[in-house]
Amino acid sequence: MSDIKMAEAPPGIQGSGFFATSLDKAIGLARANSLWPLPFATSCCGIEFMATMAATYDAGRFGMERNSFSPRQADMLMVMGTIAKKMAPVLRQVYSQMAEPRWVIAVGACASSGGIFDTYSVLQGIDEIIPVDVYVPGCPPRPEAILDGVMRLQEIVKNEPLNRRQTPEYKALLEKYGFHTNG
Amino acid sequence: MSDSVSKIKLTSNKPIYIDNDPQDELFTLNLGPTHPATHGVFQNVLQVDGERIVSGVSTIGYIHRAFEKIAERRAYYQITTLTDRLNYCSSPINNMGWHMTVEKLLEIELPKRVQYMRVIIMELSRIADHIICNGILGVDTGTFAGFIPMMVKREFIYEIFEEICGARLTTNIGRIGGFERDFNEVAFAKIRQFVKEFPAVLKEFEALLDRNRIFIDRTSGVAAVDPETALSYSWSGPILRATGVDYDVRANEPYSSYEEFDFEVPVGTNGDVYDRFLVRNHEMWQSLRIIEQALAKIEKEPKGVFHADVPDFYLPPKEQVYNNMEALIYHFKIVMGEIDAPKKELYHSVEGANGELGFYLISDGGRSPYRLHFRRPSFINYQMYAPMSSGMLLSDAIINMSSLNVIAGELDA
Amino acid sequence: MAKLSNDSIIGRLNTRFEGRFDQIEASYGLLTIETGKEDILDVLEFLKTDGELQFGYLTDITAVHYPDLAKEFAVVYHLHSLVNNVRIRIKVFLDGAYPAIPTATVLWNGANWMERETYDFFGIQFIGHPDLRRILNVDDMEAFPMRKEYPLEDPNRMDKKDYFFGR
Repeated sequence: MSDIKMAEAPPGIQGSGFFATSLDKAIGLARANSLWPLPFATSCCGIEFMATMAATYDAGRFGMERNSFSPRQADMLMVMGTIAKKMAPVLRQVYSQMAEPRWVIAVGACASSGGIFDTYSVLQGIDEIIPVDVYVPGCPPRPEAILDGVMRLQEIVKNEPLNRRQTPEYKALLEKYGFHTNG
Repeated sequence: MSDSVSKIKLTSNKPIYIDNDPQDELFTLNLGPTHPATHGVFQNVLQVDGERIVSGVSTIGYIHRAFEKIAERRAYYQITTLTDRLNYCSSPINNMGWHMTVEKLLEIELPKRVQYMRVIIMELSRIADHIICNGILGVDTGTFAGFIPMMVKREFIYEIFEEICGARLTTNIGRIGGFERDFNEVAFAKIRQFVKEFPAVLKEFEALLDRNRIFIDRTSGVAAVDPETALSYSWSGPILRATGVDYDVRANEPYSSYEEFDFEVPVGTNGDVYDRFLVRNHEMWQSLRIIEQALAKIEKEPKGVFHADVPDFYLPPKEQVYNNMEALIYHFKIVMGEIDAPKKELYHSVEGANGELGFYLISDGGRSPYRLHFRRPSFINYQMYAPMSSGMLLSDAIINMSSLNVIAGELDA
Repeated sequence: MAKLSNDSIIGRLNTRFEGRFDQIEASYGLLTIETGKEDILDVLEFLKTDGELQFGYLTDITAVHYPDLAKEFAVVYHLHSLVNNVRIRIKVFLDGAYPAIPTATVLWNGANWMERETYDFFGIQFIGHPDLRRILNVDDMEAFPMRKEYPLEDPNRMDKKDYFFGR
């Protein structure tokens, strides 16, 4: 007997030899279960991410087996650790290099809000420069918390309409952060 | 070398992006600050000739968090949280280094049992740090196999910390004057279990790599440093000992009763990546020895002692604060900074996992330091990286960086 | 080897620098001497190369800002004699208007980044330093953040303005 757990099929109409569901749901299912993370690990949370990827917590169970260090081939930007003002342009560049659809998780207090470092040199939360989908609290968050953040993002991804990235609202969001979309 | 290359100023702080001339032999390669092989935010702009590095310049400060400035605004006991985030692979050593600095300032003498408890925690975190460094060195040279079982044991060390203080990584373990609470029986049992089980894993890890032809070929003779150069760059810690200098703060200026323990300071001969690997492995064995001795010593000490009797500086337990007038007064005085610290300055150092971790503290009698400077081994060790990379193969430079074990939090403070 | 006592270090220093260093204290056993910026390089070189003292290891260089003193900045050197296992601290007080001191990079390669860090935080000029520029902070920063008058928190933050809190 195999213990492999299959992803549940989305609601649809089943008959002999066919299964009909909406394209949104089918693609959402595929995307959610193969999120390729781009670990943007700068400090302490990066070490907890290392623990998350290692044997005990095994993040590969959630379809994020492959760490993508190239922004072009990544879906999920995981920002882990303090982002100093010196680092901010680099983070922006990495985000802008990612292809749509792209999601962002801010892991830990520093990435979410600056954390305990309310100083002249630290960016007070990455949402000042890039849009964020999920915030994971903790300093650093436990691996379970990081995994929980990923699972929440999976829920978001599953339920995202296919045309979201073409809507004026989304474009306005990116414009707000200074990312210009063509068309 | 054509004119276009010789005009590049490698002293500029800005990342250099020049159009590479295809006719030219040299080209500029930007390594970092988020390169996966650098394990941290280090930027090196390298000029390479094929695979060989001609020259390089390091840029750091990508997670500069202004620790020293924050420390001037925080009370003594609050600074522990900052030291956590210096070298986050072995936070407890930093915590206790800081506690010992303040205790030295206040001239508090700790009971022996507390000192031994500290030794156990510090040695456990040294092992945890070396596991990361040596495990990753294995990964960088091509084997994932050693890393995984070692990481499992590292998780177990986290479990021990969790049992003692509730946190895994940034532990905030201990207080000025001792520990916040006693180790419970489960914690002691887990420490004993670790001491019993870890040798088998470490032995297997050594068997995998120590005499592995590929590993030796990749590491032996790479980035060899002679002792004079290492000392002139103020290196400390395992990488200095790998060059053959037997400088270990635990042995030279014993703190927390290290003078009572029987341990060796392993030294290398060549100062190359392979020697650093061996020195770290041997240090793990020595740490195990120290933990065993400390466990035996604790047995002989009176039970239940986990802090010095210094109500002026040691925060009372919360139950007492709520129910006991005297404890409430002490709590108020400590938190509001009405304790009298002597107006003095001192330097105290401990042997961190990466080298001599020093605290230069100037007190003006107030609730927070007038000035606190961290002597951060990673910062001082890393400055030789760019000069020593010249003439090295790019792949060697990568494993050289792994073996220096530079932690970004400590590097940039 | 018998540990070198503080008195014998002072005696040894007096053979060459009699009257050129002062304010000797030794809190917690760590000898502290003060000298001027004209003499600092000579003192450091003597400490490093003297056959008896052998303070060959530069532990750290940093600075302290005392806004209330006539000479605002103190540059602090920690040296360590690994052979004798003894430390020494050397202080040089500098003028606030143009704090400048000769570089120690001629004696130790490791002084390079320590001095850059000190320059970055305090704006102290190390004369003769091969590459004196900011190291931790962003290049276009104008202030020197570790000076006491510089605020800890980002002065440009909008969300901490008083009117948000009815003040």
